Order: sequence, then structure tokens, then C-alpha cells
Amino acid sequence: MILATYSLWRRDVLRFLRQPSRIVGALLTPVIFWFVIGSGLGTSFQPATGEAGFLPYYFPGSLALIVLFTALFSTISIIEDRQEGFLQGVLASPAPRASIVLGKALGSMTLALVNGAVFMLLLPVSGLSPGAGEILAAMASVALLGLALGGLGIMIAWPMRSTQGFHGIMNAVLVPMWLLSGALFPATGASGWVQALMRVNPLTPAVEILRAFLTGVPAANLASAAGTVAVFALVTLSISTLLVSRPSQ
Amino acid sequence: MTALEVTDLKHRYGERESLRGLSFSVARGDLFALLGPNGGGKTTLFRIISTLIAPTSGTVEVFGTDVVRQPAAARRQLGVVFQSAAIDPWLTVLENLRHHGYLYGLSGPALARGIERGLERFGLTPRAGDRVGTLSGGLRRRVELAKALLPEPPLLILDEPSSGLDPAARRDLLQELRRLRDDEGTTVVLTTHLIEEAAVADRVGILHEGQLVAIGAPADLVANLPARAPTLDDVFTHHTGSGLSS
Repeated sequence: MILATYSLWRRDVLRFLRQPSRIVGALLTPVIFWFVIGSGLGTSFQPATGEAGFLPYYFPGSLALIVLFTALFSTISIIEDRQEGFLQGVLASPAPRASIVLGKALGSMTLALVNGAVFMLLLPVSGLSPGAGEILAAMASVALLGLALGGLGIMIAWPMRSTQGFHGIMNAVLVPMWLLSGALFPATGASGWVQALMRVNPLTPAVEILRAFLTGVPAANLASAAGTVAVFALVTLSISTLLVSRPSQ
Repeated sequence: MTALEVTDLKHRYGERESLRGLSFSVARGDLFALLGPNGGGKTTLFRIISTLIAPTSGTVEVFGTDVVRQPAAARRQLGVVFQSAAIDPWLTVLENLRHHGYLYGLSGPALARGIERGLERFGLTPRAGDRVGTLSGGLRRRVELAKALLPEPPLLILDEPSSGLDPAARRDLLQELRRLRDDEGTTVVLTTHLIEEAAVADRVGILHEGQLVAIGAPADLVANLPARAPTLDDVFTHHTGSGLSS
């Protein structure tokens, strides 16, 4: 189990190192969004929580978008692996099905950590100044969220036969999920239905945690937010394992 | 004990019935060829044996292990060479082999020895550090073989193993499969749509429209035909009513 998980994880990381452009794309879009939208809105944005402007408010949300893009892009390779044939070799091996899911999700997590760490290099120009401990705590949250979204990506990619379908779901479901996570605007002041969606969105507590560590704005309940993200990870990984274990017809 | 036992195997996908009550067995140490045209059910059968898809009904046993009820145990007995490459072009030959060993729970000196032996046997040692994506089709097929044999499976199954290979590489492959059977007692089952490839097998099963229409040693199949100086080609036409090329 551990060997198989390690090997699948290692393969994902090696592939990333050998064709980094695929994952770097997941970093660039959010950075450009952050800079352009953040600078564009500038000081016309006045959050109730007392941050200086939109760039700092938007920084943790951009980090969440980087984790989302990185984790999901890395799971698209499942569809390519199925088309190209690599996946059938893995499925015909005695490797436990859970190790197939875990290896992939840990790969997503690792790439999310790498891209997240690169984005953190922009902290000095973001107007935020968290301490080393806060940065480490934020990276731990990135890891947990990367694992959860890796699991979500596997859930979506597993039954898919084309990468176009995956991109469709990404645009129709996952990007709106991010929009409604508090990444771009706070729940206070939003319409009722938006607030309701934000409350049930599992990305909301993740963004809340990142914001708490990076901007110093206290989260309502850090422990319960972290617990929700952990449950989110557990659910997506369990459903993925069930999907992967189910024999196809 | 037989190496492979297929009993009344049926597979239906929607309206399409690709296997219609297939039964046959392969003895331990045999080189067995499943001959049939593309679309005759060979690949479906192959995918069921390799545990990738479940049959609609019927059973497949690999050395007495049911592939549906005990897939993990069956997978340990099987070496599988798929028609499309199951190796990662972005990894080197060595990395691909090591990855495969890990999936089968091999590690340490035992894995290193196995990899070294596989590289040597297939003449891959000088290419061990090359990315698979840079290798020719013939070399890639050798990597596939080395990979499938790494866990020393008692049953090796290959789906159209010579597709995309030039005649010389095809000859090498068949020679290697015979050597495996002779020197290591490995049971080999391959699917093919090429008469000359089936002719080198100990036994041939002819698969036509999801049913086994003839089975036996190539010489016996030919001898049983009434025609004058028949060939295996004639055997195929006799049982299926059409040539393979059609």
C-alpha cells in the first residue's frame, strides 16, 4: 500500500518537474487576476473587517484559487492516462485501490504546496505581513485543501472520457464554487441566496482559515472551519476510492 | 490445475453482445493464441481476464482464482501486456520498471535484481536512462514485456502484442515468448488477428462473433479439414465463413 502510493505520487511529481508548464499555468491566471482585479478595485473596496484595500483582502482567495486550479489540473491526467493506456497497467496490478487515489491526491497536494509557496513570495508586495508561524499554518491549510480538492478532482475525472468534459465542469461548477467562497467578496452585504450558498460551500471555511492566518482577521471559529475542510477531504477521498474500486462493465 | 479456465462467459454492453457463452481452458505451460478478427470479442475477453471489466455472467479462473471474486489475488498471478502502451513516456525505462515493481510490492535488492535481469534479457540496459517517449515502437514493446515479467507472473497475457511491430521485431517477440514457455514454464496467452502468429502457438482458439468456433493444436485443426492441403487460413474460413482480411 505505502510503496504503491509512494510510487504513484512520485510519478506525478516527476511528470510535473519534466513538464512544469502544465501546472505553472495554474499559478499564472490567479496571480494575474489578483493583481489586475486587486489593483482595479483598489481602495473602492471597503471591507467591514478593516483591511487596508482589496489587494490584501483578495490575497488569501487567490491562494485558494491557485490550490483549486493546481489540484484539479493535476487530476486531469487521469483522463489522459486512461486514453493513453497507462491507467490500465495500474488497474491490472494488485496495488490497493485506495493507494491509487491516495497517490494521486498526495500528488495534487504536493503541486498545490509548490505553487502556493511560489505565490507566497508575493507577500511582501501584497500589503500583508504575517509571521513565520502564520505562513506555516497557512501552508498546512493549503496542504489539507489540496488533498480535498485532489480527491474532488479524482471524483470528477474518474468517470470522464474526455478532458473537455472536465473543463466544462470546472467552469460551470468549480469556478462558481470559488466565487462563492468569500475569496472575492465577503458574505456580509451579499443577497440572501448567495449567503446561503456560501454557508454550505466547503471552500468557504478554507478561505476563512487562509484569511485568518495571512491577514490576521480572526476567523469565527478556526477549529470548526478546519474540521469542515478535513471532513471535506475525507468525503472526497472516500467517494473517489469507492469509484476506483467499482469494477466497470 | 489449469492456468486459465473460462466458463460460459458472456458480456453484454447495452445492445451489443460481445461474448456469447465462451468456454475453454489453457493448460499450464502452454502457449495459447486466441485468433479472431478485430471486433470479434478478443479485447473484451482480454479485459475481463485482466480484471479491468466484469463479465455479465460466467467465470474466469486464473490458477483456480476467480478474477471477479478475488481480483487482487488474480492480479498477482498475471502479467499483462496491453495493446496500447501502459508505460509513461515522461519517465525513463528504469523509472517505469521501478514503478511497476512498487505496484506489485517489490522493493530493495530483489527489485533491483529483477530490473537488471529484465533490462539485460530484452537488450535494454544501454537505454535504461532514456525516457520511454524517445524509444522506437519495438523498444517500447520490449519495455512493456520486461515490465509485465518483472513480478515473475506464472501467466502472461498479451493483447495483439505484435501490432505496430516490423517483421523482425515480431519474430523476436514470438521467439522470446517461446523461450519464456520453454525456460521458465510461463503460460502465455495472446490474442492476434494474424494467422502466422497463431500458427506458432501450442494451441489455437478461433473466436468469431463472441463464440469459440474451433480449438486445438494448429496441426490438428488443419488435419481435420476435408480440403486438399489446407492451411490454418482455410481452417479459419471453414469455421467462420469469412477470411480474416475481410
